[in-house]
Amino acid sequence: MKSLDKGQKVIILRLVTSLLLLVLALLIGDKTTSFILFIGSYLVVGYDILLKSFRNILRGRIFDENFLMAIATIGAFFIKEYPEAVAVMLLYQAGEFFQDYATDKSRKSITDLMNIKPEYANIEKEDGSILTLKPEEVKVGDILLVKPGEKIALDGTVVEGVSALDMSSLTGESIPVDVCLRDEVLSGSINTFGLLKIKVGRIYEDSTVSKILDLVENSVSKKAKTERFISRFSSYYTPLVVISALLLALIPPLLFQGDWKDWIYRALVFLVISCPCALVLSVPLSFFSALGAASKNGILVKGGNFIEALAQTKTVIFDKTGTLTKGIFKVSALHPEKIKKRELLEIAAIAETYSDHPISLSLKNEYYKPVDTSRISHIQEIAGHGIKAKIDGKDVAVGNEKLMDMHSINWQACSHAGTIVHVSVDKEYMGHIVISDEIKKDSKEAIDQLKALNIHDLVMLTGDNQSSAKEVADKLGIEDYKYSLLPNDKAHYVEERLKHGPKEKVIFVGDGINDAPVLALSDVGVSMGLVGSHAAIEASDVVIMDDMPSKLATAIRLSKKTMAVAKQNVVFAIGIKFLALVAGALGFASLWMAVIADVGVSVLAVLNAMRLLSKKVK
Amino acid sequence: MKNTYKIDGLDCASCGADLERKLQKIKNINDVNVNYIMRKLTIDIDEDKIDAVLPNVKKVAKRFGVEIS
Repeated sequence: MKSLDKGQKVIILRLVTSLLLLVLALLIGDKTTSFILFIGSYLVVGYDILLKSFRNILRGRIFDENFLMAIATIGAFFIKEYPEAVAVMLLYQAGEFFQDYATDKSRKSITDLMNIKPEYANIEKEDGSILTLKPEEVKVGDILLVKPGEKIALDGTVVEGVSALDMSSLTGESIPVDVCLRDEVLSGSINTFGLLKIKVGRIYEDSTVSKILDLVENSVSKKAKTERFISRFSSYYTPLVVISALLLALIPPLLFQGDWKDWIYRALVFLVISCPCALVLSVPLSFFSALGAASKNGILVKGGNFIEALAQTKTVIFDKTGTLTKGIFKVSALHPEKIKKRELLEIAAIAETYSDHPISLSLKNEYYKPVDTSRISHIQEIAGHGIKAKIDGKDVAVGNEKLMDMHSINWQACSHAGTIVHVSVDKEYMGHIVISDEIKKDSKEAIDQLKALNIHDLVMLTGDNQSSAKEVADKLGIEDYKYSLLPNDKAHYVEERLKHGPKEKVIFVGDGINDAPVLALSDVGVSMGLVGSHAAIEASDVVIMDDMPSKLATAIRLSKKTMAVAKQNVVFAIGIKFLALVAGALGFASLWMAVIADVGVSVLAVLNAMRLLSKKVK
Repeated sequence: MKNTYKIDGLDCASCGADLERKLQKIKNINDVNVNYIMRKLTIDIDEDKIDAVLPNVKKVAKRFGVEIS
């Protein structure tokens, strides 16, 4: 009971007092005394409802649940059903109390997530003095001082110190990550032991933590279709039931000599059941809890609508590089013709000087020495082909077979799997370099889990050649793969696949580099957030914060569970209400039953929704 | 432009849904979202119309006993 605030404690006190008075009233034989006790019990627990409904009538709002409860209970007093009048109010308030408590708890789960917001940043000035600023005031290039236990406020690069970072609030992964000089660090991580000096690389607005906060804030405002349906349903349901109640109270006694008391009683049963709150709270709460649970698992989902779509996944299209593979390329073989291995590498490294394509980086890494940029001129990068340039005055082409064909150069095929970079000098073939990528440890698991979820339409797309595509696809158990694709081809392919039935959603998973248009195009675009670019967080609908493709399966499982819970709540709540209405109209249901049905359904539905929140989905 | 406000005094989830529907009817509002659980109101209004529309939003909210800040 420690977690209760003052308001909640007062309500508990009122509930208990009211209950005691009610029991006393039932035990005492004297009619007047017991009537006074009933009134006392009723007012203790229900005075605020009466006040609120009175206020709402003045404001012109009548189908408000306070009003409905007030009318139902006052009506019960008039037909001398005192115990029931009090009990309806008492149980209603108990239900409200519980719903508030549950809502608070799930709100807290999201606000806890917001705790990653850094409050301040310590900046070391050139003279060595330290200035405490708001993260928003820090500029790129400032030196950020982060003590053990503090949060890193902005993204940047370590310039001094060694430490391990707790990134659990970002990735859900609790094992700290070691960092040292020149490592990039992300805002929102917590420094666990050493003193770190970090050169700020991005202003706060562009930093990871701020992107994540934006995403979480906005995600709760995107509603799933199911939520919209419930909201629309309730807007018809309540007025309809209230009007039925009115007709029930008036028509049988007026036209068919029905007993006034009996029919008013039935109408009161209707009023108690007319409140739609069980539905209107529990369905959004299901989606809300799911968003919270996903975040805890390092998966950010941008709204309830995407939970809905993920649950209907029919096809998953993976980008290969950076998603299923590490995206870290290494030169694995050099096959020169006529020249030495080192010369072949040198030409390629010089040609790729100004490109930041992963392939270029791997060539430069392998070459290791700084490149003499004065030797190269007339650089021309042809997307999806490679690079043409003049090196030492000679025409050099470095790229794939398409580039070679374009210049009618007689290239040699290679038996190694990987990306093959061909090199020609003055139209003469000089050999090729094999660059390959490693499959992520988790990729096989991801594919297996998707298959276990009965998602068999799995496709891998890559710009690489057939042999490297086939090797990865075979290892992972993906039967369908498309290779040698240009970025445009990927978009066309996904577009083609999007012509499908309404409940067969196409998910695209990419690393966010180069594939932002495809992410935006697909039904659900999933990006691998932290290795991917920051643009990816904006372009995608779901961001997997750590680098594990199997989290997609986690997200789909969670979504399916969420939809199941939401459906259970809808069917259960509408079903029980319908039964109670029928029983009430026929005179079988007492007010006791009505209020227990109403409050009971609310409590169960809310508990059902909360089930999602506590889950650490595996 | 999307703006988010804190809302206080919302009684119940269905009042939230009701408030959302009423706000949607206000002229010049592109999109409205009432989040009962987070106690938040998100309104999408064209920037040049905010000053004209906001008083109407507050008026409607007041009928629900809701304070916007």
